[in-house]
Formats: sequence, structure tokens, C-alpha cells
Amino acid sequence: MRWLRERFFSSWTSALTTLVLLFVLFEALPPFIDWAFVEAIWTGPDASAACRAARGEGACWAYIGEKHRFILFGTYPYDEHWRPALAMLVLLALWGLSALRRAWRWWLAVVWGCGLAAIGGLMWGGFAGLPYVENERWGGLMLTLLLTTFGIAAAFPLAIALALGRRSTLPVVRALCIGYIELIRGVPLISLLFMASVMLPLFLPEGLSIDKLLRAQIALILFAAAYLAEVVRGGLQAIPRHQYEAADALGLGYWSRTAFVILPQALRIAVPPLVNVLVGFFKNTSLVVIIGLYDLLTSVKVGLQEPAWSGFGVEAYLFAAATYFIFCAAMSLYSRRLELASPGSSWPPARAAGS
Amino acid sequence: MKRSAKRAAIQAAVLLAVGAAAWFLVSNTLSNLEARRIASGFSFLQREAGFAIGESPIPYSAADSYLKALVVGLANTFRVSAFGIVLATLIGFAVGLGRLSPNALLRGLCAAYVELFRNTPLLVQLFFWYALITETLPPAREALQPLPGVFLSNRGIFFPLPGSVPVLQGFNFSGGAHLSPEFAALLAGLSIYTASFIAEIVRAGVLSIRRGQREAAQALGLTPAMTTRHVVLPQALRVIVPPLTGTYLDLTKNSSLAVAIGYPDLVSIANTAINQTGQAIEGIAVIMAVYLTISLSISALMNWYNARVLRR
Repeated sequence: MRWLRERFFSSWTSALTTLVLLFVLFEALPPFIDWAFVEAIWTGPDASAACRAARGEGACWAYIGEKHRFILFGTYPYDEHWRPALAMLVLLALWGLSALRRAWRWWLAVVWGCGLAAIGGLMWGGFAGLPYVENERWGGLMLTLLLTTFGIAAAFPLAIALALGRRSTLPVVRALCIGYIELIRGVPLISLLFMASVMLPLFLPEGLSIDKLLRAQIALILFAAAYLAEVVRGGLQAIPRHQYEAADALGLGYWSRTAFVILPQALRIAVPPLVNVLVGFFKNTSLVVIIGLYDLLTSVKVGLQEPAWSGFGVEAYLFAAATYFIFCAAMSLYSRRLELASPGSSWPPARAAGS
Repeated sequence: MKRSAKRAAIQAAVLLAVGAAAWFLVSNTLSNLEARRIASGFSFLQREAGFAIGESPIPYSAADSYLKALVVGLANTFRVSAFGIVLATLIGFAVGLGRLSPNALLRGLCAAYVELFRNTPLLVQLFFWYALITETLPPAREALQPLPGVFLSNRGIFFPLPGSVPVLQGFNFSGGAHLSPEFAALLAGLSIYTASFIAEIVRAGVLSIRRGQREAAQALGLTPAMTTRHVVLPQALRVIVPPLTGTYLDLTKNSSLAVAIGYPDLVSIANTAINQTGQAIEGIAVIMAVYLTISLSISALMNWYNARVLRR
């Protein structure tokens, strides 16, 4: 009783708020549950007709069931779907491993290298009896995960270079890095994607052409690098000055000081905001729908163009939103837990170093 | 002396490398343009655009120039961004303060709002709102009327203005003010999505105010609402405003996603112009220049405001 009163009826205004909100929930929730679960069409021999009949009464989840292979893997050859499925497991295992603080060692980079090579081998094939699959046919959720993973993996070294450059004492280097970061952060991602899809072919020497997927990936990398660089810079700025002085006193030069003293600490501090950038980047890969790549969102959208399934956009996009939500919420939760983590053995290092 | 020589050498090398890369790209581009017989330059802006634009705050016809079409697009970008910023700020402050409410139900609902909308891509939300409006709302003849004079249909939202009331004529309404489905979906998506970020900023800002401030206000006999309004918020604003600038900029940049649902914003119109004329470089240069100008001006404006808040 006391628990109820403190939380929901502590004052007149609080009690009124509770009552109003309860009223709204009772009005809105039952019809929604009816639509989404009770009256919904889940499967069936002629699901599309059943969905039409239930229009406005129940949701049409049968669309997702019908298209789930397409949503997961896009136009990848149907008989070879085990390959992207296996690659997806490897990818998720890599992400899972990287989330463990125990695994933040130099060998993690080696594991990532091997993992990405394995994924590339599985996806492309062309050896050991695996038929070759050109990357125009990659798609679905797998493509979204690949764009995110390869995008971050390639943008990260670039971002470190940019962040170091922005804090450099050499005016030319600093100006170039600031110019790049501010330019990219000042324009919408969509303009970079347009640029990659229509301008990149003009930039290259005649005869050399790169496919649409790689062009989009380059734009995503250039975009992510600018945002990651700002986060890395934040980590660098959090390193107390005496760390630099101590490294100098040991007689370390710029490169060994940066590689062995400053960066390891700065990157550890920067992990929670880095994960937040990762969440934003994961969401932003959905923009490739505008230049016509078959990622998760495109796959969900394209199926709606069939006459049998047109008009079920609300269900389709709710499903897409739920899929993105699972990944993003997991990453956000992880980042928040890191931030709240008690200052253990070496966390956060800035505090452990004493300031 | 030796050290400064080394520094100069490094910088010269970097400049040389960047210059060589730029020269490589530019010379390739020039030879490609020549091979494809694409004229460069901005003279196409004066030519007749030849396409109609669905909605325009300023008079425009297909016979007008590309320049005029781009100005219409820019006006549409400003229109949706301005409304979006106001709405997102209102929702964001309400939800952010709601997350700090003593009422657990309100707190939980506001937290759910933030998590739900922050963790799904804006583009998915835009498609969702657009599908919701065009697929599930009834046609104009059976329009919903949640308030007298306000009509919701798959043709968008009609609401009365002083002296002009929407009336059903044939298959659509005339009179009153009209929000197209594209504009309504974009406005809803932008403001609801951005509000979830603003809510977190507001919450962090309010939490940064020391507890003693609130207790002192209560000791003076102020009600909790008055405490928030007169003691906590004015101080919290100093913490809130700088990151708030960032979300306003993001909202303006995100309004470029309009192209995906067919609202004629700047990017959408520039894209049409690129497809018609083949002037890709110029079109993208226009988009980038405009957004950079907007970004820098909003930053400057917010810095000025910030300086004023700090001085008080």
C-alpha cells in the first residue's frame, strides 16, 4: 500500500496524473493488442487474402513470415542461404567477444582479421566447391550488419589518425583535419551517399569502376570517420597532462608515446561514447535504401510492391523498427552499463591514474 | 632549428600528398566529363526546370528556372525544420521533465518513449508514419474528425484557419489549412525522433543542478512546479543549450530524408535536377554549400545565445 502511494499517489497532482494516464492506457492498449495479436493473421495457405479480409481489424504478420528469407538475406541465391546465415553467426560472435573487457587485448585485432576474412570467404565463395556470389546479390539484414561492421572497422583507423591530426601541433595538419571533420559533420549523410553513387565514378580514371555496394560503403566510412574522430578526440583530451610529461621523461618519441601510453588509455575512456556512435551509424546504414541497395529496410519495403502485399506497410515497418530496436537497444544498454561500471582494476583509467 | 626544419618538412609532405590526391581526382573528373560530353558550370540554373512541385510556400510553376525550383526546395526545408524544431523542443522538454516526475507511471512511460524512438532509425519511422497516413486513414469522403473542423484522411490533415474552414468538395477538401501526407509524416517523424534526444539532454541538465537548490526553493515555500519553473530550469538551461544546438542541426540535416517519402525539400529537388540535367557535381555542391551555411549559422546563433545565458 505504502509502495503504491509513494509511487503513484504521493500528491493531488500525482494522483490525477496516474488516473489520466491509466484512462488513456485502458482506452488505447486493448484495441492495439486486439489488432497486433488477437485478430492478427500469422500464417495460412492463402495469407494475403486472409490479410485483406482482416484489414483494419488485425495485423498482417503473415507478410513477414512469407518474406523472412528475403528480409534476412536479400537476393542471395536461395540454396546458398546457409552461407550468409553462418557468416551472420560469426559476425555476431565477433561483436559479442568485443563486448568483453577481458578481450580488449592486441589479439582481438587478429581475431577480427580472421573473422572478417572468414565472412568474406563465405559470402563471396568461389573456392572449395562454393559457387561465387557477386556482391550485388548480398542483401537483407546481413547487408545491414556487413555495412555497419566493415564501415566501423575501416573508419576506426582513419578516425584515430584524424583525431591525432586535429590535436597535432603542426598547423597544416591540424587545419586539414579540422576542415575534413567539420565539412563531413556539416552536411547530411544523404548528400555523401549521392556523391558516392553519382560523383565517385567521375573521380576515377577511365576504365576503372567500382560497384554500387563498395561506393556506398566508402561514403559510410568517410562519414563515420568524422564522427568517430570527435569521440576519440574526447578520449585524448581526457588524458591528464602528466601522462604526456611522464612519457616524455622516459625519452619516448611522439609515435611511441602515442601508441603505448596515450592511445590505450584514451580509447578505453572513449568506449561508451564510441558505442553510441556505433548505434547511430547502425541506424544510419538504413539510408542506403535511397540509393537502392538491398539492406534490411529496402528488403522490407520492396516486398510491399507486390500487388498481393501492397498496403501492409504499417506491419512491415513495425517489424523493421523492432529488428533495428533489438540491436540498438542491446548496444545502448551495454554502453550505459560500461559508463556506470564501478571503478574497478583499471576502470576508468583516468581516475585510476589519479587527477 | 633542426626540429623546426623537420616540422616544416612533414607539413610540406602532407600538403604535397593531399594536393596530389586532389589533382588526381580533379584531372580524372575533367577528362571523364569531357568524354561524357557533360558541360560543367552553373549555367543550367537559369534554364527552365519543367517539373511541377507538389507543395510550395512561394509561387512556382514548371516554367520557372532550376534556381527558382531550388529556392522552393530550400523554403520547404526551412518550413519543415522550423516547425520540427518547435515541436521537438516542446515534446522533448515535456518528456525529459516527465522522466524526473515523482509519479512512477509517468516516469516509466517517458522512459519507454525515449528508448523506443531513440533506438530505431529515423527513416524507418518516416516510412511508418507515411504508411500510417496513406494506408490506414480513410479517404477524404469518410475523413475522421477528431475535433470540429479538423479532418484526418489519406489526403493529409485539414484544419480551419480564421475566416476559412475546410469543406468537402468532390474527392478532396478545399479551404482551411492543409498539411500534405508527406509534410505531416516528415514533421511527425522528425519531431518525435529528435524529441527523444532532447528529452535526454533536458534530463541530464536538470539532474546537474545540485539538490540544495531545490531544497532551498522548497524551504521558501515554492511548489514543486514553481521550483522547476523559476529555480531549476533557468540554471539547467546553461547545461542544456549547447547540446540542444546539436540536435537542432541534426534535425535540419535529417530533414533531407524527405527525399525518401517524396516531400519536395532541397535535396529532393536537387536530386530531380541532377537526374534531368546530369549536372551531378554542381547539384551536390549546391546541397553541401547550403547545409554547411545552415550549420555554421545555427552554431553561430546558438553560441551567441549561449554567451547571453552564461552572462545572466
